[in-house]
Amino acid sequence: MEKSEKPLITEDGLRTDGRGPRDLRPVKIEVGVVKNADGSAYIEHGKNKILAAVYGPSEVHPRHFALQDRALLRCKYHMAPFSVQDRKSPAPSRREIELSKVIREALEPSLFLEYYPRTSIDIFIEVLQADGGTRCASITAASIALADAGIPMRDMVVACAAGKVDGHIVLDLNDIEDKNGEADMPLAMMPNKGLITLLQMDGLVTQEEFKQMLELAMEGCNLIYQIQKKALKSTFIKTVEEV
Amino acid sequence: MRFSKFITNLERKQMLNLLSTGKRIDGRDLYSYREIKIETNVIERAEGSARVYLGDTDVLAGVKIDVGEPFPDVPNEGVLTVNAELVPFASPAFEPGPPDENAIELARVVDRGIRESKAIDLAKLCIIPGKKVFVVYIDIYVLNHGGNLIDASALAALAALLNTKMYNYELVGEELKILAGYQPLPVKNYPIAVTFGKVSDYIILDPSLDEEQIMDARLTITIDKDKRICAIQKGIGGYFTLQQVRDIAKIASEKSEELRKLVLSECK
Repeated sequence: MEKSEKPLITEDGLRTDGRGPRDLRPVKIEVGVVKNADGSAYIEHGKNKILAAVYGPSEVHPRHFALQDRALLRCKYHMAPFSVQDRKSPAPSRREIELSKVIREALEPSLFLEYYPRTSIDIFIEVLQADGGTRCASITAASIALADAGIPMRDMVVACAAGKVDGHIVLDLNDIEDKNGEADMPLAMMPNKGLITLLQMDGLVTQEEFKQMLELAMEGCNLIYQIQKKALKSTFIKTVEEV
Repeated sequence: MRFSKFITNLERKQMLNLLSTGKRIDGRDLYSYREIKIETNVIERAEGSARVYLGDTDVLAGVKIDVGEPFPDVPNEGVLTVNAELVPFASPAFEPGPPDENAIELARVVDRGIRESKAIDLAKLCIIPGKKVFVVYIDIYVLNHGGNLIDASALAALAALLNTKMYNYELVGEELKILAGYQPLPVKNYPIAVTFGKVSDYIILDPSLDEEQIMDARLTITIDKDKRICAIQKGIGGYFTLQQVRDIAKIASEKSEELRKLVLSECK
């Protein structure tokens, strides 16, 4: 495991990767990368490399899981064995099971599931390389994949973390900051109306710091939202040109 | 976990009507807990145990302590493990088998509160650095699901830790020799989980089983003894506005005091 001996924030206020406290890591998104899927997206968020694919709405298997009044939304978040420093067993860990649940619950409020009763919509997320903040990047990617699959939605969901590192409130923590910092708070939202659909935190912060982290994380979400929208639009513009 | 009970449209309407007047179907106001009862030392075989009744919810937490190996990245610290079992007799919605996502989430939220607030002084649980440490197992058994399992489980876990006894020992070479007498587990913080539900646009504290069936979203905030926030978990689909989250954090901080007083007075 990486353990830094150096300070996480230098005297000039720079972080281990040279960012300022309120800077995002570079984010790159591609849409429609998995041919067989109904919708898919690939995100590079710092060193995170994550693929999300959506299948559905389709027939529910096994059938007794079907819901009579809406579509069944399922999500599987999985980390590749080579995605982290020490090889991770490919079997789902307790962490992955919890993350699959919170990611599904973060995306659920954005979808009109009632439009597709007795069907299932499956989201598969594969983390190919992890560097802190994978759940946030996964949500951002999965939401575009859902849009790419043409599932009607109220808004896209975008996620970003804020946290506390060496006493500073910072945006978008990387792996070292996440492990050695004081607090990490992932937040997902639907930016159009500012609705928060995922909020988790571990660490120790005061009420005042919590408020600052909330605002900073929302700011980060708005920045990524612009990149997300651009990525989605650009695929459709490309399609038109091809025709 | 959600559909363990059916709520008719009539009941739903009645509950919403009541909420608009600031009342709830069981007579509480929006920010009140149900009656809480804590019993400690209910299982003599366990090193620590507690049973918490929160309205109809009934949760038993047991603590066992073992000797094991530390994690390589923290060789000087004991190990904490939290597990939760949602056993089928506690609710028609629970199924037999290994812990499902709801049980895992419950255990991990309780774990996060205890771990992040540094409730257990893990440094004091080191026997031989890098080789031997004490492992603290907290096992949560839900005996009856009456809603808000998180708060009841976190309370039971804390109460169990507060009356956990460890045996005295001395080191003979690398072996432990058990001596007579006990010492308390080093507990230095008291995290309290406070859970809110959102029904339509109303925020309610400590949702009951009925209320859980109609709520859209859930938010748990865990507060430590110095009023700092040590864990947060949003659950179920649905959303919160920024203002709602801010309000909830403030109320959670106030309410945690009440519960902490109660648990500390029961565990003296």
